[in-house]
Amino acid sequence: MIETHLNTTCRIGGVTFKNPVVMASGTFGFGKEYGKLYDLSRLGGISGKGVTLHPRPGNPGIRVYETPSGMLNSVGLENPGIPAFLEEECAFWETLDTVRIVNLGGGTVQDYVEGARLIDEDSNRRQARGRRAVDMIELNISCPNVKAGGMAYGIKTCVAREVVREVRAATTLPLMVKLSPNAEDIADMAQMCEEEGAEAVSLINTLSGMKIDARKRRSVFDNLYAGLSGPAVKPVALRMVHQVCKRVTIPVVGMGGVSSAEDLIEFIMAGAEAVQIGTYNFVNWQAGADLVEGVERFMIEEGIADLNEIRGIL
Amino acid sequence: MATIISNRRVAEGIYVMHAAGRFEAKAGQFFMVRGWESYPLLSRPLSVYDQDEQGVKFLYKVAGEGTELLSRMQAGEDVTLLGPLGNGFPAAAGRTALVGGGIGVAPLFYAARHLEQADLYLGYSVEVYEEYEFRSIGHPVTIDCGGRVLDLVDFDAYDTVFVCGPEPMLRAAQIKSAMSAGKAAVYVSLENRMACGIGACLVCSVGCENGRKKACSDGPVFRAEEVVLA
Repeated sequence: MIETHLNTTCRIGGVTFKNPVVMASGTFGFGKEYGKLYDLSRLGGISGKGVTLHPRPGNPGIRVYETPSGMLNSVGLENPGIPAFLEEECAFWETLDTVRIVNLGGGTVQDYVEGARLIDEDSNRRQARGRRAVDMIELNISCPNVKAGGMAYGIKTCVAREVVREVRAATTLPLMVKLSPNAEDIADMAQMCEEEGAEAVSLINTLSGMKIDARKRRSVFDNLYAGLSGPAVKPVALRMVHQVCKRVTIPVVGMGGVSSAEDLIEFIMAGAEAVQIGTYNFVNWQAGADLVEGVERFMIEEGIADLNEIRGIL
Repeated sequence: MATIISNRRVAEGIYVMHAAGRFEAKAGQFFMVRGWESYPLLSRPLSVYDQDEQGVKFLYKVAGEGTELLSRMQAGEDVTLLGPLGNGFPAAAGRTALVGGGIGVAPLFYAARHLEQADLYLGYSVEVYEEYEFRSIGHPVTIDCGGRVLDLVDFDAYDTVFVCGPEPMLRAAQIKSAMSAGKAAVYVSLENRMACGIGACLVCSVGCENGRKKACSDGPVFRAEEVVLA
């Protein structure tokens, strides 16, 4: 930390983040690996690898393809399942001095609800022993690499509403809903989340994309389409975050291609309460620590004492 | 940051980079390497070719934009290295064969240097490179150019076989291993696409007999019979 009088804190659903730098789901595992490289307590928060009720092997074939200023991924929610996550990862999460967010995925509404209930029950059990491993649920209705009933939940507001409503009823933990840029109307989607009682929304998940191997005359990905992330998507993400911030009163967590402190500040200026960092972790393994410091440096250089001075100024 | 001591072309599209720094890499481990700021986005996983008191060496092939950029770098310029990563080769027991195909010969050099006994089988498609270096280790070296180097190895004559090369070669090694008398412990080293290199992102995940494993942090070396190659 450079200066202690700077106020970089954010509040989402009653949870205080020490700074707006949150590691995005799917790029940071459950934090253990990066925790060997730098001190995770520097971070505002961590959103863990997406988990589903049942274990998933993820997608076969090639899972990553680099594109100009970005990358396509098709991991397909490979994860050990929620019971294994609670059993094997949460002991580590208990030790972390940063906001811990479970990213909850699913195939059916029932899977989402059952998953949320397991996380909630585990959280209550730990709390009874004076412990805590999970501070918030990030509901992933937008993974482009996993389809449910022929359509991802993140596209149509009316379909997503049911999932949000049911999961909201299944947990007392603060709920943040992660939105897809592939939604028909992302501002409508965010408004629906607010109406259904979500404490926050986060956006954007990856943009659905494609890569064809022209020599082989077929898609690089077995799943045909894949999710685009990285600096290439930042302008789109920023515009969507701005639109959503204009529509809802709940906190908005922005993400999409952030690769510098100034990128992050742009999202704050668009109205984001906090900002998630994904692909940049692969560019710079100490992205989180660097961005925390970079935001503080920016504030000093610009004479900003509190991020609220610049939040949502556009 | 590591300063490049030398970066020389040893064959068409094949280079050896020597980067300064004190590392304690084991044979078969790799580094995530980048010689640029933001673009290309991802670092490139390069296995350890050799290591000395000055630094670490990478024998690499220009395969795309990233390795092309690396190949144009000069002594005195800096590369960013994350590593050593992965587990490398396990301890070799008994008579050992090291079998490499194409740029897959790279990790075998440092492995061979640390073995008292090993037979090296090196397969090249067009042009042979680093032959003098491999021969100077002092172990028997068999070289094949344009054929199938794996066909020259009698798995039953060995207790341990390490294989590194393109995926079709690794699949062939699996079949050969399964069809041999089964005395040799056969290991394959994978060259999967990677993003983080440390086990967080799962893009290099491979199917194994007991579920998925990460080529980077659980590998890149696996027992031949444990890993499912697509």
